[in-house]
Amino acid sequence: MAHVLLRHREIPDLHKLEVYRQHGGYEGLKKALSMTPAEVIDVVKASNLRGRGGAGFPTGVKWSFIPKNAPDTYVLINTDESETGTFKDRELTEHNPHQIIEGALIAAYAINSHLVFNYMRGEFMDAAYAFEEALLECREAGIIGKNIMGSDYSVEFYTHYGAGAYICGEETALIESIAGNLGQPWSKPPFPAVEGLYRKPTVVNNTETLANVAAILVNGADWFKQMGTADSPGVKIVCLSGHVERPGNYEVPLGTTYRQLIDMAGGVRGGKKFKALLPSGGSGPIIVADALDAPCSYEGLTPFHSVMGSASLIVMDETTDMVWAALKMTHFFRHESCGKCTPCREGTYWMEKVIDRLYHGGGTEDDIKLLESIATNMTGKCLCALGEFATNPILSSIRHFLPEYKAKVAAGAKKKQAVAA
Amino acid sequence: MLRDKYAQEIDALLARFPEKKSAILHLMHLAQNEYGYMSDEAMREVADILELDPTHVLSLAGFYSLFYEEPTGKYVLEVCNDLACALRGADEFVEMASRKLDIPVDGTTNDGMFTLKTVMCLGACDRAPMLQCNLKFYENLDEAKFGALLTDLRAKAAAGDPEPTVVERIIGYTASDAQNTK
Repeated sequence: MAHVLLRHREIPDLHKLEVYRQHGGYEGLKKALSMTPAEVIDVVKASNLRGRGGAGFPTGVKWSFIPKNAPDTYVLINTDESETGTFKDRELTEHNPHQIIEGALIAAYAINSHLVFNYMRGEFMDAAYAFEEALLECREAGIIGKNIMGSDYSVEFYTHYGAGAYICGEETALIESIAGNLGQPWSKPPFPAVEGLYRKPTVVNNTETLANVAAILVNGADWFKQMGTADSPGVKIVCLSGHVERPGNYEVPLGTTYRQLIDMAGGVRGGKKFKALLPSGGSGPIIVADALDAPCSYEGLTPFHSVMGSASLIVMDETTDMVWAALKMTHFFRHESCGKCTPCREGTYWMEKVIDRLYHGGGTEDDIKLLESIATNMTGKCLCALGEFATNPILSSIRHFLPEYKAKVAAGAKKKQAVAA
Repeated sequence: MLRDKYAQEIDALLARFPEKKSAILHLMHLAQNEYGYMSDEAMREVADILELDPTHVLSLAGFYSLFYEEPTGKYVLEVCNDLACALRGADEFVEMASRKLDIPVDGTTNDGMFTLKTVMCLGACDRAPMLQCNLKFYENLDEAKFGALLTDLRAKAAAGDPEPTVVERIIGYTASDAQNTK
């Protein structure tokens, strides 16, 4: 099947406006401009396109929350892609920038916004030249600026670079960061659709989400719903990393099973046995072999107490030390905790201390319980999802691999005895 | 002074935002590009342009990991050793890099050429081991490629490194866009 999002893999130089237009580029925007904003929202709603950043909120519904006739509204693209194991938006940015721009312009028209910012993580600057060139091309071709494509609609579009903070992928933190403040989330309400950037109604959409929009406008909601599953229509870019033969991005219809995805990436590296995988980068609970035939969709992993999230699969083979893996992820979340709310700031700090002790053989069986207790005490008490995410690698690794934790304690005790003797 | 050197770019940047405080991260990138790290002088210049208190710039310098609060080597080698990269040898790569440069992580070589750091996910997990050096990515690395990179960077430095930096290229688009708009 030809790609919907990673089309540059079939079409050379798709990042150039001329080539993009030869392949139907900006036809979706043209069509949108011939419709009313409400009609555009209806099409996207009917397609049931859901947020590809991981939360899965229906995109058209999100747009419909923006108050009609609000004088100033903003569209923000979330290209802060910082989840461990996630590298899909970078490929789109580098190779198919016009498809992101077109989707964002359609979003802007739908909510009557005249200003779009693409919030790109600072580390992607070197990958962003094509995106910046694409914006310049659009400016020259009258696709951005005053009265775009001969319509009476005007819109400005700029890139905004972050500076290294995972938390800025959280929509309210992203808004604070663009406003020039510390990138820390706020407690909702107010929701961005009511009070966002500069306290004006704001839509924040993931890059991949927006890359779907133009094709939906051109081909219709029914075309989109033919792909994927009933509740999770469309295609998804899945990032495969870790112990697979061919790590990379794979575009598949939603509902493809995890086993099929690993096979697409050439299977587990070196013919080793599969042990576990993190399905949503670092932030979703670990799954094991019993979940491999589950569909990769918004609902697919519910019976296995996990989530698809951003569909970033970090695959681990039989040689992987799961306490080590959980320590790595805990270190990540401790480092990335923004420090605003106490449960997350303190919880991630103490979880790292305790799991580090366990990993290095200085822990006791009580430490395993302590670790669980810190994690469960954070659950439901943090200001944003980061604190919740941070507990997932810990709780799920203990759930699936408790003997490995106990073995660390036993090995540590044995070593101590040997030293004492 | 940034204001003089990048007058056109800064004007274009400030014109983009309904509130000029939004330009702060761009200006901080520009300041660090100019001074090598977020020195007091650099932070004061950013604060002056935006009419903000310098302590606000300081708080952002501490919050965002791409800003350095201390002087660094000419080239900052930032290796991702997060889980996904570590499963493909990133920790061993860091050890090798540390040995080759004869500095610990966070250390700087005596000649002031290289600083070695470990960082969180850079979004290139499929091409591990990888590193970011002055905002450029170097991917699918091994010991030989790392050695070649060091040689290449040393040669560049000796030649006065005439290529525009990543930040200079990016800020250049701001000025081009403003010109096209006129």
